[in-house]
This record gives sequence, structure tokens and C-alpha cells, in this order.
Amino acid sequence: MRTLTKKNLLILGSILLTFALVQVLVLVGILDSFYEITIATICINIILAVSLNLVTGFTGQFSLGHAGFMSIGAYVCAIISMRIGTVGGFLLGLLAGALAATVVGILIGIPTLRLKGDYLAIATLGMAEIIRVVFLNLEITNGAAGLNGIPRYANWLWLYFFTVMAIVIINNFLKSSPGRACIAIREDEIAAESMGINTTKYKVIAFAVGAFFAGLAGGLYASYFYFLKPDLFGFMKSVDILVIVVLGGLGSLTGSVIAAILLGLITTFLQSFTAVRMIVYAVLLVVIMIFRPQGLMGSKEINDLLKFRFGKKEEKIE
Amino acid sequence: MDQFLQQIVNGISLGSIYALIALGYTMIYGIIKLINFAHGDIYMIGAYIGFAVTTYTNLGFFPALIIAMAGCTVLGVTIEKIAYRPLRNASRIAVLITAIGMSFFLEYTMMFFVGAEVRSYPMILSKKTFNFGDILINIQQIYIVLTAVALMILLQFIVHKTKTGKAMRAVSVDKEAAQLMGINVNTTISFTFAIGSAFAGAAGVLVGIYYNSIDPLMGMMPGLKAFVAAVFGGIGNIPGAMIGGLGIGIMETLISGYGNSMYRDAAVFALLIIILIVKPTGLLGKNTREKV
Amino acid sequence: MKKSLVLLLALILVIGSFTACGDDADTGDADATEVKIGVNYELTGAVATYGEASKDGILMAFEEINAAGGVNGLQIVPVTVDNKSDAAEATSLATRLMTQEGVAACLGPATSGNYMATIPVAMGNGIPIISASATADDGVTVDANGNINEYVFRLCFNDSFQGVTMANFASENLEAKTAVIIQDNSSDYAKGLAKNFKSTFTDAGGTIVAEEGYLSKDKDFNAILTSIKGKEFDVIFLPGYYQEAGLVIKQARDLGITAPILGADGFDSPVLLELAGAEALNDVYFSNHYSSQDQDPLVQDFIAAFKDKYGTEPNAFHALGYDLGKFIADAIERAGSTDPDAIKDALAGTTNFVGVTGTFSIGEDHNPIKSIVVIGLEDGVQATSVKVDPK
Repeated sequence: MRTLTKKNLLILGSILLTFALVQVLVLVGILDSFYEITIATICINIILAVSLNLVTGFTGQFSLGHAGFMSIGAYVCAIISMRIGTVGGFLLGLLAGALAATVVGILIGIPTLRLKGDYLAIATLGMAEIIRVVFLNLEITNGAAGLNGIPRYANWLWLYFFTVMAIVIINNFLKSSPGRACIAIREDEIAAESMGINTTKYKVIAFAVGAFFAGLAGGLYASYFYFLKPDLFGFMKSVDILVIVVLGGLGSLTGSVIAAILLGLITTFLQSFTAVRMIVYAVLLVVIMIFRPQGLMGSKEINDLLKFRFGKKEEKIE
Repeated sequence: MDQFLQQIVNGISLGSIYALIALGYTMIYGIIKLINFAHGDIYMIGAYIGFAVTTYTNLGFFPALIIAMAGCTVLGVTIEKIAYRPLRNASRIAVLITAIGMSFFLEYTMMFFVGAEVRSYPMILSKKTFNFGDILINIQQIYIVLTAVALMILLQFIVHKTKTGKAMRAVSVDKEAAQLMGINVNTTISFTFAIGSAFAGAAGVLVGIYYNSIDPLMGMMPGLKAFVAAVFGGIGNIPGAMIGGLGIGIMETLISGYGNSMYRDAAVFALLIIILIVKPTGLLGKNTREKV
Repeated sequence: MKKSLVLLLALILVIGSFTACGDDADTGDADATEVKIGVNYELTGAVATYGEASKDGILMAFEEINAAGGVNGLQIVPVTVDNKSDAAEATSLATRLMTQEGVAACLGPATSGNYMATIPVAMGNGIPIISASATADDGVTVDANGNINEYVFRLCFNDSFQGVTMANFASENLEAKTAVIIQDNSSDYAKGLAKNFKSTFTDAGGTIVAEEGYLSKDKDFNAILTSIKGKEFDVIFLPGYYQEAGLVIKQARDLGITAPILGADGFDSPVLLELAGAEALNDVYFSNHYSSQDQDPLVQDFIAAFKDKYGTEPNAFHALGYDLGKFIADAIERAGSTDPDAIKDALAGTTNFVGVTGTFSIGEDHNPIKSIVVIGLEDGVQATSVKVDPK
């Protein structure tokens, strides 16, 4: 295994190129601060969607509580970076928030992941509601009024860095042995178990990784939008994330990325139609699900499609 | 002690409303395994139909109830036809997203037409209250509990004593086998939606009269709580939904009355998680063995 | 396999950026016949009622101004957007209004939290924002370090003024010694009021017997009311909005609780009467900006015109929204230009602005200095009013 293959260099190049391109567009003023907010929202949504896809799309565990993990990351990051007002404090807060979300994810995952399908969905929904009620009542989170004046360190550089990091880590996780185990659980839990896979263990691992990145996204959100209150992380937020994942295709990371960008652009576009925006959004959801229930990408990645197009040969183990 | 009994009365009235919504939830879930998020919004539409009938015509309580139930029946069946039927063989999660989309659609279409402001019902039931010692029971509470019980018995009768009911039970166990036995699956599912939606409509009118306040987003929280009630009692089980609804109503009331009302919703969901872990099939649910 | 993944990411981000840039061309300066004002309100989502009402009031004021020839010969063009009751959305929309639409000033959002989220945007872009209903004590017009937020204004009382007024009213006018607080715990407005009421009331020698809470959109308050029914108290302080307050009052009276009920400007809506019913609305007092019984022609004309246009009686949000519309127009007129900085200076220099919700000046801290009215209801009708001047 060589690390500096042509392929990896190409990836690195395109990552840097994208970054540079957007950075230049911002600097010359083509992308003004409004589009920056749109791009930031998209980045945060990509992290959330990719991490939920790991749990729901790849491991097959239906979670409706992703906003709960996000809120933990957001509040921890906000509280720490409000005490330590430096970039270091922000990064420490991000890490602490993501770890706190992971710990809660493991604690909740161990008992609830025994549940299946819709029952798990409802249990995770309930868990997210409980987390929200706790934040509503805590002194340190300032209750219903929320936290204001969180120092803003998250910028395009950090957002892009963490987005790429989340995608790469989750992509690599899926290619690893625990990742394969997770996919096996999705395909057939009983078969996986009889093959000697400790299903609970891998489900909890997937849940923990998902929670980690949801917490990270929450921290970035807190820092970028400098304002938090418990209402932001209600049931609707979890649904929004799930919609991105399903729209992109369960089990397709590129699908989640595409759907996050697409929905980001759609909501921006719909902002001009104040009166009917939510109605249009609702109709779009229903229509897309009726005509393409497997989502835009199904469970394929974009390179599967490209391969088909160019007839390129590459080993594929999936 | 009087105070405690009064709280129980409060809890039963609140719980009856959850129970009415939960009855529809549990049936629909039982038959097509879909958490119908739009159910709470059908309840909201029922409340608005009742509002329109009582405000703009001189009809009384029962006509309003019947018209709202009829309107919701049509709505429920239409939603099923347009949004859920094309997805009969799609993944469960796709149908769930559709249900959420439908829920948004109903909420925001309603908000578009009637605005976000709360509306209040005209007085159509007398305000008579009965005193038992220090315990107050008003006539509206009696109506709510009686309607809930009556509809539950009716539903139990339909499901267990009629041919359609038998078909419903058959479809809920095995769709393909039921079809092979000559049961029209689509009609049976439509019928289930019709009954479930009618019950939600009835709950909407009762809430409008009892609390005197309706708004386009009123269905969200009761919808979720009713689902919790259905799970609590054992999904697909009719008396279970009733017990679940009453149980949650009483629990919420006692927590608000003697504990901290801020943790009321958290306690409901905590109970749900505990129930799911200890007895995933709910109080009255039957255990099913997983087949390979 | 990763390559295409990342390539795609790159591609999409680039395409996304370009499509987003597509409509950049029309953001030139507004032409000289009009002035754009951003209206950034909660039109859908949890607090849509307040946003809708504020927006209706603002648009009505703008229509009247435009019909009368506009300000300095310019027609006011409102750019209305919906922030979905979401703080991040409010921030994004404020940015959009300021950088894309070229507004001279932004009105809203209605609730303190969402309003506060847009403050850094206003400060960054140097465009004034005004809210008629963001009542939070801290962090609105004055930042955490005690500095004035130069571009941030409001037209309403802050929570402490109303909370203190009602506590004094309870202990002085009603001679209450004991009180129960029932607050909307999901609203920072209600919590702010409760905090100030509690400290003033206890300082005056009173005792808070019980503190209960509910969440917005709750409909059943029987449980908390039954539990306070067994206690001895003189008054109930009920900070919150009319949607829930109306139901609390009705259910309290139905349970036989007859103690006076006090509230704040969140009570001011015809819906309160519809929800509670006339017979329950006795011995109910609330602080407000104005009394709808005020015979001042300004007030009566507004109420008549509002009924004419929207078919209902105005509530506090409508009246405040209406004043907000008139207020920004007044500032633009005095500024003599549509330059945001000139408008900001004009806003800060407002003295004796005559509005429906009272005559007020803008103080050093960008809060209005205006008197408060405590209204007493009898059979649902405003029967008494006591005027309290600011300290």
C-alpha cells in the first residue's frame, strides 16, 4: 500500500482546489456574506447527514434523534468557547462537544440499540426530546432564552476542513472491518450475528461515531451562528437531517453530500417565496419520495455511476 | 386526597383525548407499519372543520362532530391514496418521509389559509359542573370520556365482529397471504385510514370544545404523545391504545401537579424508552418471535 | 474510490457557488423613487403568531405612508421574508436583506432570541435594526460589556420595567402579601418578567407561595391550577402570552380560583377575551403600552382603520408593528436621506415620537422612554387604567 498513489494525490489536489476556488471567490467579492452563510449551512448539514447516514443508511439503525447529539456538541462548544475566548478554546470546545455527544451516544445506544426499526426511531426521538428539555431547564445553558454572543471562530476554512475530515473518516471507517460489520448488520442482522459479528457492539460503534460527528457539527453551528437556544434542536431538526439522508439515498455518502447541497440551494431559492415556501417544500418531499423512494443516488456512490459511464475497471468490494 | 382525585379527573380527561388520537395511530400502524405523522394534523383539520361548522352554521355539538368525522375520513383516505399507496412496496423510511411531508403540507396549507392565530369555539355545550365533595367535574369532561369510550367499543366491535374487521386483522398479519385469500388489500387499508382519521377528527372537535383553542400547529405534540400512548399500550391493540392514552394523561397531570411541569414531556418520553426496553411490545402487545 | 467522491464534492461546491451567484446582478442601488426596508419576521414555525401580527401592523403603516406620498417623496418598499422562527435563518435573512437587497434598515424579528441573533449582522453591515417586541433585559441594545449596540433599537419596554411595575401594582394597589407565579417557561420574555416581579415583590415584603411553569402551546393547565388551589395566596402573576394566558384564566375561574390575576403586555389581544370568556375576565390586570379605550383620536383611528383592513381588533403586536412602521419612516424623514448611518443617527435622536403605543423618546441606551398603563378588566372590558411613568 503506497500512500502517495496517483489517486490520492488527485483527491488531495481537488480538495485544495475547491477550497482555493471558494476562497478566491469570497476574496474578490463574488460570494458575499449571504452566500457564505448558505455555504456554512450546507457544510454543517453535510457533516450531519453523512454521520446520520452511517447510522441509518449503512448500519440500518433508524434514528430520529440526531438533533439531540448536535445540541450537546453545540452547547458544550459554546460554553467552553465563551469561557476561553481563543481559537484554541474553540477547538477544545469542538472536541469536548463531540466527545460529550459520543459519550451520551454510547450511554443511550447500549440499551436502545436492542430495539428495531420504528421502535428505535421513536426511542431516539424521545431521547432527543429529553436532552432538549434538560437544556431548557439548566442554568448554565440559560434556559429558554439561550446563549448569546458565542465567539465566532468557525469560518469557511474550519468548516471546509471539518466537512472533508468527516467525509474522509466516515468513508474510511466504512472500508474498515468494523464498517463492513455495520453493513452486514444492515443487510441481515441475524445472518451477521450467526457469522460471529457482535451486532450490539458494532451498532453502538456506528452510533458513537455518528454522535461524534453530529456533536462536531453542532459545535461548528454554535460558533458560526453565535446563538443557541433549545428550540433549535427540536424534533423538526432531526427530521430535516433525516430528509437529507433519505433524499440523497440511504447508504450513499455522495448522495448525502449532493442532497445537502441541493436542499441548501432549494431553501435559499425558496426564501423569496415567503408565503408558500413551506408548502412547496412539503410537496417537493412527497413528490420526490413517490417518484424516487430510494433517494437520488439509491445506495450507489457517484463513482459507481461514473465507472459505468466510462467503462473504467476498478476492483470493487461492496 | 380530594386534590389527588381532582388530579385524576383532570388526567382522565386529558388522557381520553390522547386515547382517541392513539386509536387511529395504533390501527394505521398495525396494518401498514407506518408511523403516520400526518395523523396529528388530521386531528387539527378536524378541529377546524368543527370550528367552521359551529361558527358559521347554527348546528350543535353532534352534527359538528359527525361532519368533522366525515371530512377527516375523506381527507385520510385521500392522503392514503395519493401519498402512501404509490409507496406500498418502497422502504419504510421513504413512506415515513412522505408522512412527514404530508404533515408539513397540512400544517402550512392550513396556516396559509387561516393564519397562525389561535381560534376559539363558540359555546355549544353548557358549562354545567357537578360537585362531588370538593371534586369538580364539568359536562365537557364527561362528553370527552364518554365519546372516547363509545368509539373504542365501536372500534373493538368493528375489528372483532365484522367481516371488514377480520380482513383488517388478516392484512395486518400478512398482506400477501390475505390477498391470496381473496381480501382486497387496498380497500381494507383505505377503510382503516377512514376509521382512524374519523377518530382523529372527533378528537379535534372535542379538544376545540373542551379547551376552546385551536391553531394550525396544534397537532404536532399530541400526535407524538398519542404515538407514545399507542406504543405504551401495545401497538395494534385497541384497548391498549385506550389504556396507554389514559395512562399518559394521568401521568402528565400528576407530574405537573406534584412535580415539575417542565419535566412533563421528558418524563413521557423516558417512560416510553423504559417500556420499549423492558417490554417492547407494550403493555398488552403480543410477543412475536423473529423468524429467519 | 474516494477520488470521485471528493471530485464530486469539489464540483458541487463550485457549481453551487456559481448558481448562487447568478442573481447577483440586480443588487444595485435602489432607484431614487423608493427606499427598501427589510421586514424579517417569524411567519411560520413556533412563534408565527407574533411575527404575522407584527408584519401586518408594519405593512399597514407603510401603506398609509405610501398613500400619503411616502417619505421625502420616496415610496417605502418592504422586503418581507420569513425566518421560520429559527435564529440561524433570521441571521441568514438579515444578511441577505442587508447585502443583497440593499435595505436602508431592517425591522424585526419579533422575539428577543431571534432578534439578538441578527445583532452582529447589523453591527457588521452598519445597517440599523429595530424590533418592537424584543423585550429581553440583557444583550439587546447594550452588549455584555455595557457598550451600546450602535445600530440596534427597540420600541418596547424591557422585561424589568414591566415586571417591577406589576409587582408594585400588586403590593401597593392590590395590597397583596402573597403571590403565585405561573410562567411560560419556554419564553424568555415570561421568564424575564417573572424574575423581576419576584425580586421586587419580595423586596416589598411579599412572599411568593408557589412558582409553576408551563410550555407554550400547552392547553391543559388543570393540573397546576388544582395544585395551587389548595394554597393561600392573594394574587396570581401570569407572565406569558394571551394564547395560553386566556386558557389559564378560564380554567382557573372554572376551578373556582377567584384571586386577582396579573399579567403584562402579552395579554393584549382580543383573542384573550375569546379564549377566556367575559365572565372569567374579572379582577384581571395587565400592563400595556396603551389602552384601547383611550379616546385619543390617534388610537381610535388606528383601531378603526385596522378593523377595516383586517377584520379583527388589533393586539399589542399589531399596534407595536404599526408604530414601528411609522417610527422608521419618521427617522428616514428626519435623516433626510436613505443612508443607513444617517437613519441610525436620526433613530437615536428621536424625541417625543407620537405613536399609538404612546409618546416616547429614544434614550441613551437605545430603549424607548415611555410610560406604562396598567389596565383592569371587568367582564372582559377594559374598565380601569392606571398610568405609571418611567423612573
